[in-house]
Amino acid sequence: MTIRTARPNRAQHFQPRLYCLKKLESILLEMQDTKSGVKGTEQKLNITTIPHVIAGNDTIAWISNKMKTTTEEAQAFGTMLVAYGYIYPLQNHKKLVMCNDSSLYRFQTPYFWPTQKWVPDDSDYGIFTLLLHAVCLCFKQAHYNHLHEWLNHKWDFIVMQAAEQYKAGKERKKPDRVVFDCQERAYWMVNRPPVSLSNSNMFYQQAIMRSKVKSSVSLGALVKYITTYKNHDPLLASCLPSNPWQTDHDAYWTLNMRRVEVPTKMRVERWSFSLFELLSDLRGRDDFKIFLKKEFSGENLAFWEAAEELKWGTSSSMSTKAETIFKTFLAPGAPRWINIDGRTMGLTVKGLEHPHRYVLEAAQTHVFLLMKKDTFFRYLKSPTYKDIQKKALNPEPHNFSPANLEQNALNRSPGIHPIILWQQEEEEKAKAAAASAPVDVKAMMSKIDRKK
Amino acid sequence: MCDQTFVAATFGPCDSCSKPSPLMNIYIKNEATNYCSLCVEMMACQGLQKGETLESLKRESETLKKKLEEERNKLNDVECNVSVILCWPILIVWDAFTLNKEHGVPLPCTWVLACAYAPSGCAIACGGLDNKCSVIPLSLDKNENLAAKKKSVAMHTNYVSGCSFTNSDMQLLTSSGDGTCALWDVESGQLLQSFHGHTADVLSLDLAPSETGNTFVSGGCDMKANVWDMRSGQNIQSFESHESDINCVKYYPSGDAFASASDDATCRFYDLRADREVAVYQKDSIIFGASTCDFSLSGRLLFAGYNDYAINVWDVLKGTRATILFGHENRVSRVRVSPDGTALCSASWDSTLRVWA
Repeated sequence: MTIRTARPNRAQHFQPRLYCLKKLESILLEMQDTKSGVKGTEQKLNITTIPHVIAGNDTIAWISNKMKTTTEEAQAFGTMLVAYGYIYPLQNHKKLVMCNDSSLYRFQTPYFWPTQKWVPDDSDYGIFTLLLHAVCLCFKQAHYNHLHEWLNHKWDFIVMQAAEQYKAGKERKKPDRVVFDCQERAYWMVNRPPVSLSNSNMFYQQAIMRSKVKSSVSLGALVKYITTYKNHDPLLASCLPSNPWQTDHDAYWTLNMRRVEVPTKMRVERWSFSLFELLSDLRGRDDFKIFLKKEFSGENLAFWEAAEELKWGTSSSMSTKAETIFKTFLAPGAPRWINIDGRTMGLTVKGLEHPHRYVLEAAQTHVFLLMKKDTFFRYLKSPTYKDIQKKALNPEPHNFSPANLEQNALNRSPGIHPIILWQQEEEEKAKAAAASAPVDVKAMMSKIDRKK
Repeated sequence: MCDQTFVAATFGPCDSCSKPSPLMNIYIKNEATNYCSLCVEMMACQGLQKGETLESLKRESETLKKKLEEERNKLNDVECNVSVILCWPILIVWDAFTLNKEHGVPLPCTWVLACAYAPSGCAIACGGLDNKCSVIPLSLDKNENLAAKKKSVAMHTNYVSGCSFTNSDMQLLTSSGDGTCALWDVESGQLLQSFHGHTADVLSLDLAPSETGNTFVSGGCDMKANVWDMRSGQNIQSFESHESDINCVKYYPSGDAFASASDDATCRFYDLRADREVAVYQKDSIIFGASTCDFSLSGRLLFAGYNDYAINVWDVLKGTRATILFGHENRVSRVRVSPDGTALCSASWDSTLRVWA
């Protein structure tokens, strides 16, 4: 791995890609053809008109037609053309993507093409920024100051060059000047993506104000973690009954499977370390659910699980999931109404009007903390947990002779494929969902009445 | 080219210490003997034997190398008349316990730099110099053409250096040589969030194991390791104490700290709550860069793979080296501890994967 310079020097990336860029350029020439290329129009900018502008959707349609691909691929290809600086956007010039709408683009002059091999020099950039400063584009202000400091030794040269260019520029006709400015700005947008210095100062200020913990405290927590898990680390302590990689016997894995009737003692002990451990181990989560059912407080965990599914689910299913969650857990009078404080409830309900992935974040954290501080400790003292602790297996450590070990090596079996495990899991989930559907109290009452 | 040599595992009593263990077939003074790995190590560490000089050993190694090349070339005369066309590079899903290859996906002419297994085990993601990260759904049918079902999810403007699924199969987090990380929705290929802040290539990323699970750390060639909030795309914390590119970052199992491995031959340990670097794992005898690191289940041990073909195991709390694992014949590119903590797997440029337990 080489040590790179602080700024991404895009020119460096081009040298090995010249072949592919040349292919791009031949396609670009075809696009610019007046008869068979992309349809060009004029853009009116105050009083001047800029010729030869193309629309995003036209370009993408042309590309997908020419290369016989889908619109998505054509859009990706268009975005590459913009990212490398062959086509530049006129409206949102900071975002180098090609959008499939009527937004306008122009072809970059070949002078500024990446294959021209001249490395975008910092002093050239200095000249450009100086010229812009003269025209007062404020987003470059902080940048200008930074460059001034950095290129101080060359500054006189740069000022002189900028003055010369400005004079020469004045002599050009207005539309040409506008066009050239656009092209140059686009070129520098590709080669010197704007790093906002005010942002980084804000970052440092935030970092200073962030609450920190004394290292003795945080290291103490790390030591505590290590001590707690020491006996559970198969590489440090012995793994009962035996480490499958050492003895080629997979009893350890069969005993610790997902849906085993009786878990091992080590596993049950691990559940007591934290609520996170209990919930991450799905067998532990099942046990916790049994406890919650007895206490009639299963809705918290159900809400937490539903919120997790929303957070990590697909974008398309988000709104339907959010609605079901609202109806089941949050609406007043909902069948599995969760008990959270008024402020969080208000925020969540408001957020659900425009559901996004993290809309349930506040409620979920609240519910999790509730479970962590209260329900979890009650679970550890409950008869459910004590019962499973008593029942838990403590397998005898294996004692294999060399002949046995050889036998084990020959008998290695692949075990259950993860896809089958996942399918089983999905079936169980569906069954559980059907079984725990909220009991319709009214229907039940009317049933009882009818029986009478 | 990738030389596929299968190491046959023989088992039995070692010729020197007579303890039963997996044996290595080695040649001492042109005689074939079977030693267990410990004895091989001890032998290798002993100085020059009587009658040997450095020159003679060098000459011996040169002749052996030439002989090996000749042997390999002899096997090159067979033509491939098989109906299935094997094209390299290839993505292989192994069952490490039985040494079976479960799935093989030929990838058309790309270099794969990153791969990840979905949490459900039903899909794999891979990405590399093609600037994309694709997701391939696995199936139980062994004859199915998996390459046809490959779906491009992530699109970057430079190579993809790292990829990882979040808590579900539906979201993919990628890091790229264009200096950004991005979170993608697998089903639609939509970009959900992008993370800007690195000023050079991002080489690696890792997701936090904590209960809130909303942050991840990334390390790059700008020598910085940044911690990000997945929801807002904000850079929460930044650590800049390495002296060269950071090749790999890995969270501590509790989620309160992370380690990084770098080309400056050190691994460093950063605490997130104290917001500073708390340990540096280095030794004068280690001069080659570390390319990868991973923690054991309890977090007591840090395994780091180096470019000098060895894996150093560090004691996280004491800051000293616990042991070294030799065995690879070329750079170690990645080490990972299994999720249940029972074994360590290391991958290397010598085209082998080794499991250590």
